[in-house]
Amino acid sequence: MKPAPLAYARASDLGHALALWREAGPDARLIAGGQSLVAGLNLRLADVPALIDISRIESLCGLGCEGGTLRIGALTTHAEIGRSEPVARHAPLLTEAAPLIAHPAIRTRGTLGGSLAYADPAAEWPACMLALDAVIVVQSETGERRIPAADFFLGLFETALQPFEILVAVEIPVIAAGRRQAIRELARRSGDYAMAGLAAAGTPSDGGLRDVTLAYFGLGSTAILAAGAMRILDQGGDLEDACAALDDDLDPADDLQASATMKRHLAKVLLRRVVAALSPVMSTA
Amino acid sequence: MTTAFSESVGIALRVNGEPVSARVEARRHLIDFLRLDLGLTGAHAGCEHGVCGACTVQVDGLIVRGCLMLAVQADGCDVWTIEGQSDTGAIRDLQDAFIARNALQCGFCTPGMLAACADLLAHDPAPSRAVIREHISGNYCRCTGYEAIVDAVEQVAARRGASPRAAE
Amino acid sequence: MTLNLSDLDRPNSYIGRTVPRPNAARLVEGRGQYVDDIVLPRMVHVAFYRSPYAHARIGAIETEAAAKVPGVLRIFTGADVAAICTPWVAVLAHLKGLKSAPQHAIAVERATWVGEPVVAVVAQTRAAAEDGVAALSVRFEPLPVVADMETALAPETPLIHPELGDNLVFHRLHEKGEVDAAFASAAHVVEATFHTGRHTGVCMEPRSILASYSRPENQLTVHHSTQAPHMMQTIFAKHLDLPEGNVRVICGDVGGSYGIKVHVYPDEMAVAAIAKAMARPVKFVADRLESFASDIHARDHRIKGRMGVDGEGRIVALEIDDLTGIGPYSVYPRTSAIEGNQVVNLCGGPYDFQTYRAQTTVVLQNKTPTCQYRAVGHPIATAVTEGLVDLAAEAAGLDPAEIRRRNLVADDAYPYTSAANMRFEGLSHHASLEKLLKLMDYDALRAEQATLRKQGIHRGIGLASFIELTNPSPFMYGIGGARISAQDGCTVRMDPDGSVVALSGVTEQGQGTDTILAQVVAEGVGVPIDRVRVITGDTQVTPYGGGTWASRGAGIGGEAALQAGLALRESILTIAAAMLQAEAGSLDVVAGEIVDKATGQARMPLAELGRIVYFRGDTLPKGLPRELVATRHFITSDYPFAFTNGAQASLVEVDVETGFVRLLKHWCVEDCGRIINPQLVDEQIRGGIVQGIGGALYEHCLYSEDGQLMTANMADYLVPMAAEMPDMVIGHVETPTRESLLGAKGAGEAGTAGAPAAIMNAINDALKPFSTRVAAMPFTPERILAALGTVPARRL
Repeated sequence: MKPAPLAYARASDLGHALALWREAGPDARLIAGGQSLVAGLNLRLADVPALIDISRIESLCGLGCEGGTLRIGALTTHAEIGRSEPVARHAPLLTEAAPLIAHPAIRTRGTLGGSLAYADPAAEWPACMLALDAVIVVQSETGERRIPAADFFLGLFETALQPFEILVAVEIPVIAAGRRQAIRELARRSGDYAMAGLAAAGTPSDGGLRDVTLAYFGLGSTAILAAGAMRILDQGGDLEDACAALDDDLDPADDLQASATMKRHLAKVLLRRVVAALSPVMSTA
Repeated sequence: MTTAFSESVGIALRVNGEPVSARVEARRHLIDFLRLDLGLTGAHAGCEHGVCGACTVQVDGLIVRGCLMLAVQADGCDVWTIEGQSDTGAIRDLQDAFIARNALQCGFCTPGMLAACADLLAHDPAPSRAVIREHISGNYCRCTGYEAIVDAVEQVAARRGASPRAAE
Repeated sequence: MTLNLSDLDRPNSYIGRTVPRPNAARLVEGRGQYVDDIVLPRMVHVAFYRSPYAHARIGAIETEAAAKVPGVLRIFTGADVAAICTPWVAVLAHLKGLKSAPQHAIAVERATWVGEPVVAVVAQTRAAAEDGVAALSVRFEPLPVVADMETALAPETPLIHPELGDNLVFHRLHEKGEVDAAFASAAHVVEATFHTGRHTGVCMEPRSILASYSRPENQLTVHHSTQAPHMMQTIFAKHLDLPEGNVRVICGDVGGSYGIKVHVYPDEMAVAAIAKAMARPVKFVADRLESFASDIHARDHRIKGRMGVDGEGRIVALEIDDLTGIGPYSVYPRTSAIEGNQVVNLCGGPYDFQTYRAQTTVVLQNKTPTCQYRAVGHPIATAVTEGLVDLAAEAAGLDPAEIRRRNLVADDAYPYTSAANMRFEGLSHHASLEKLLKLMDYDALRAEQATLRKQGIHRGIGLASFIELTNPSPFMYGIGGARISAQDGCTVRMDPDGSVVALSGVTEQGQGTDTILAQVVAEGVGVPIDRVRVITGDTQVTPYGGGTWASRGAGIGGEAALQAGLALRESILTIAAAMLQAEAGSLDVVAGEIVDKATGQARMPLAELGRIVYFRGDTLPKGLPRELVATRHFITSDYPFAFTNGAQASLVEVDVETGFVRLLKHWCVEDCGRIINPQLVDEQIRGGIVQGIGGALYEHCLYSEDGQLMTANMADYLVPMAAEMPDMVIGHVETPTRESLLGAKGAGEAGTAGAPAAIMNAINDALKPFSTRVAAMPFTPERILAALGTVPARRL
């Protein structure tokens, strides 16, 4: 199971990467951690004529917090996010989510940017970005675009990224005082892609939650914000009504692990569990 | 495409502490480079799609899947395999514990498993059984049923002098 | 000669002790040598173009583009290989009516499952061979697919091999006693339909072969990841038209086998044929996708079962109707009828009743061929039996432990012949069950279960008694005409320095065969274990034997080694007696020294005896026998099989909202007769249990209706991983077989045999408050939620 022959070039900086890409043509692929891409190459799933290695571009590395925004460079690995102190303080959802991603030897190479650009609907990061109202920062020869996460994930493995655009960072508003974040997923085995997962945030208020974001993964062709359920919870509505609203919010398909009906059911179970986790009274139970 | 792109690429790296220069096909993954070009057959290609963990090796101090990293991407890196780790004695206690506890049977997954276990102990000197199980959850072992491996890691942690953390 | 093996304080004792495995030291340093690690001069690589269709006529094969791919050397079609390698038909004479069609190394004219080899590309590297495969173009004419075993025999279903007349491979009906009358008289009759999921072995080392042919010597040398090197020697010789003596099969380190590597695989035969054609070393290592599509699968069964019990809960009748689909060919040379046959032989095995009707129906399908995989048929028979016993307990108002106490064959009832006509020499069901219940503190767990249930926590406790067939005699295969050796041999030799070399026909694939052979030989001869070197897996070197399968390594290979070791000790003592001018009977060999038997006083090191024999033989009496080598062979003869027994228990927690099952703990008490190395036995049991858990909860080869394997990679085919597995408590009862001095029976499959039944019963115990149950493995969250009525059942 070996990749087909392919050409390779390593980019020294962003401008170089964009120039190399332009030269190689739109079918060339960027490689960073390669944790999904190399598996696909080994399986010869796609015809990839050339790789542009962006894994050593300094400007895509690092993370920091400035002016109420946590900026995480695209090359930041899952492992780095998982053990980052600023992340734990400003976006604890990501700290909680990181250990759910695959396994230790993958988290050391796999990158945030790679995961978002790949847009696997069962992956954790896209849903986390939705739940946290993140902005995806992308760069092309003509400049920078800043795309709200809600507009970034368009379909199965499909994003708003255009050819010759490179995802450079994400920007996340730091968690507000009193706000809570939580992620739950149901995977057959630790590290497997989830049959159903929910990344969420909300602010406890008057025994309920407000400003709720519910981002489901593994339940459709992209990570999905459950708009109807969010609205009901925001309005102080009943949890079971919110569960019922998921029937309209989500449109999962059958897969090997679960039928669409099963996935809908699990989505409701997850909502109850996540709401319990976000609600201070329940979370100590 | 210009000469910036090539199907074979010269790389220079350190493997098990020794400098290595080679020209590799761009498509060559790291585990094939180690096994086929350098004769380091300790770690194995078990699935070549990043699931089984038999190819786990250490790159720049971090464990990686040898089948999910291209050899060209290891240019300039410091790579350690079971052969080098054995020669330096870096994980001797872990290897001894594996032998004593029979934490291996066919041995095919063992180099990758040891890499994962060593990585855990390097970052968490007193892991609980649940943490050990979780940390090796990306390494398939089809023979042992895992319990002996968990026992061996637990024993090494205890012998290295840490007091076990309360079970989770 | 006899040995008092029950006294661990005997001198130089190793049998019964945990000693570390000599080969483990090598393996933890990454110095194993698996087939893929071997590089030979002029070696080339093969990749296969495999059928993308479950059933199709093979049309034109365009090879021109592939031949031009850099590195590609030659391309072989089915016809090309058929000219070198003859086809085979996998039948056994004692399985009456068993039929199959001739199978070629590479498909000729028709492909019959997704993954069947259609073209072989030989190239300088594996990557180039894959480039060649990608450049091939094969025209297929799709044919109707037989996917569903339930309708395989229906008149409207197309025939996979029209020349066979139907899709029936084998049918057997066994009947003993007045079954209908017994059911009619039963106080309670329970019935259920069980499914076991088609699954596969997933050896970490994929199937691997490196075949090399020397034209001047007409010699084929094959480095092979196999469990049965001598069997493969015979088969390569037969189908490649070579004298058997000109075929050498070398089996070094094997990265797991579990029965997967005891079969003849068409792609591997093709590699040997290509090596003969090209007269150079040819390597093939299946990649993981090829493994899923071409390694044998197993356990694709639907079983209807019915059990009748009297007013006291005693079993009065059992009826079993087993149906299994085996793919398009019976697998060579063991055949694919054995698994169904085992279900008939093993159902009800632990229990004392004599009224039994069972049938198995074995049919063809266009799916990957199935054959023997660890604990062949046992997990199926045990799950069905134990599932019915639990149902009967419920009907009779008995605790699951109590109904077993009332029905298990009494420990003093042996020899005993079961309702399936299996003959048991000596089993310990009651002792095992009682020990199990004590180990797990059964009553306390029941109390805890009741308390937690009130809190909405649904735990379940499942019990399963089982029997395991080990140490098979020629009644398993040889009687049917297969050249599969049931005997095994061991040659033990003392070298000048007093060290000992043991050559054995059984093989090592991780279970510790080498270690137990070293233990047995060290004790048999009387030397420290570190003076024993064990050599296995080379047909040119070791005595002819069957290899390692059916849990026969210790019981048969071990006994041959013990007898050979004892014979060498006798030879040593004869020579020592002449040298020391003593009676041989007054001397002994202990820890590498000749000693006075009575006092233990050292008289002479073995190295001194070796020096004299090998270099100063002139000083010994003329005519003194001085063979420091002995070979002994062993075969079981009193019983066709050495049955073992045991009992397992599982504690699970079912999340009734999600259908997820959490494994909390597992127990097994097992009786494999004499235990040679307690740690190795325990770890065989643990590893076996987890493979059984795989079948119960995770593993499933799922097919689409048109015969596409949908779980053909490691992400979709789930095997048990560390995070979800429980800790396992292992206990033992020892009932040595009297067939051998060693008294060892097999232990390698017991864990797998009983675990699925224990898990199933535990889940159903947890689901009891909901008056529902599951009977189709694997017990996925979806199936559990379907049983609970939360989601509709889905056919997969």
